Amino acid sequence: MKLELSAEQRAARAEFRAFTAAEIAPHADAWDRQEAIPRELIDRLRQRGYLGSNITAEHGGLGRDMISYGLLTEEIARGCSSVRSLLTVHDMVAHAIQRWGSREHKERYLPRMARAELLGALALSEPNAGSDAKSIETLAADAGDAWVLNGRKKWTTFGQIAGLFLVFAQVKGQPAAFLIEREAPGLTVRPLKGIVGTRASMLAELTLEDCRVPKGQLVSRPGFGISHVAAAALEQGRYSVAWGAVGIAQACLDACRSYAADRRQFGVPLADHQLIRAMLTDMIVDVRAARLLCLRAGWLRASGDPGAFMETMAAKYFASRVATRSANDAVQIHGANGLSESYPVARYLRDAKVTEIIEGSTQIQQITIPLFEFQEF
Amino acid sequence: MDDTQLKIKEFLSRFFKSHDLQPNEDIFALGFVNSLLAMQLVAFVEKEFAIQVEDADLDLDNFRSIDAIAGLIARKRGAAA
Repeated sequence: MKLELSAEQRAARAEFRAFTAAEIAPHADAWDRQEAIPRELIDRLRQRGYLGSNITAEHGGLGRDMISYGLLTEEIARGCSSVRSLLTVHDMVAHAIQRWGSREHKERYLPRMARAELLGALALSEPNAGSDAKSIETLAADAGDAWVLNGRKKWTTFGQIAGLFLVFAQVKGQPAAFLIEREAPGLTVRPLKGIVGTRASMLAELTLEDCRVPKGQLVSRPGFGISHVAAAALEQGRYSVAWGAVGIAQACLDACRSYAADRRQFGVPLADHQLIRAMLTDMIVDVRAARLLCLRAGWLRASGDPGAFMETMAAKYFASRVATRSANDAVQIHGANGLSESYPVARYLRDAKVTEIIEGSTQIQQITIPLFEFQEF
Repeated sequence: MDDTQLKIKEFLSRFFKSHDLQPNEDIFALGFVNSLLAMQLVAFVEKEFAIQVEDADLDLDNFRSIDAIAGLIARKRGAAA
């Protein structure tokens, strides 16, 4: 395993960092309050090739290497986790299509997704089905020349503006995945407001009422919707969220380094107080450790190693907890200022908590990661 | 068992530790297949045997036993040749 980035990866990281500093970080608190990101930002992300950049050149994408992809996610999240979540869900759907879509799906959707003319969103969670994905209640019936879907989807990230939904439903008790375009008859999209973290991620609730889609919109076949199609999307999502959590932790460290140097109490900078240094030390070491786990997961994913599943889960588990711990300490170091809207650390804490819930909660990882360990020994 | 079958058996044995898996034994009937195995099995087959498992290959009968998996690999290699 290489521990150093290549010259190209370092240059790419510098580009991502400069873009975030100029175009994202200064506006993130406002977008958080508005519960939306502007269309112009999506245009700029598109121009830079930051959306769908995991799509291969064969399908019109950049085919960004796994590590550069991670660095992009970290740097974007360092500025705004809501924007990071746009990359996450769009790329999850693109990855699922690339992995298990038919040739027609790939030709029809991937080039447009690579150009971000078409945004993807994942519709798995429901009012009564979160971690227990196999218990989804949405039904899909075979109507001869079409599938007819009925059900409700909740917490669909960027569902408000997505043009393509990867929807999961039961076909005679077998989980299945469908690609459903926004204009499909019977599909209604309603904005969800008032979420605590990643507030600008433009969540939506979907209602499918006799939603009729052509037969060819089924991805793979019934029975493989969760075990393979959702699994592929979620594995991509965990990789993205893990790097995004590193970005939050790094942002916390950046904020605290500056604040602890400038803010004086008892006649000296906060940084001279040993209990503050203890919190900074945990943050400094945690963010490095989390980044190394992400790099290891990235290298294994790039090589197609079966162990990548476990390492990606481990990275997501650790990094999301690090993000929450770092943000919690960042608010503590900032004192009352940390609870105000004048500083970004309260947003970091709200956003960090989200990373412990999405793409497999901390508790789901705690149930699953030991299973990998048992299989190895 | 040939080399391909032995490699498949070695991989699957991680999941069936106390069981001497036979070439034609139905791994689904044994009850140990979960989504972790499903995802890793696809990655293992692709990396170890340099083939691409595609959407049309997602059929339980292609993954039901050591023999079935070896058959899928042989067909994919034949198609690529």
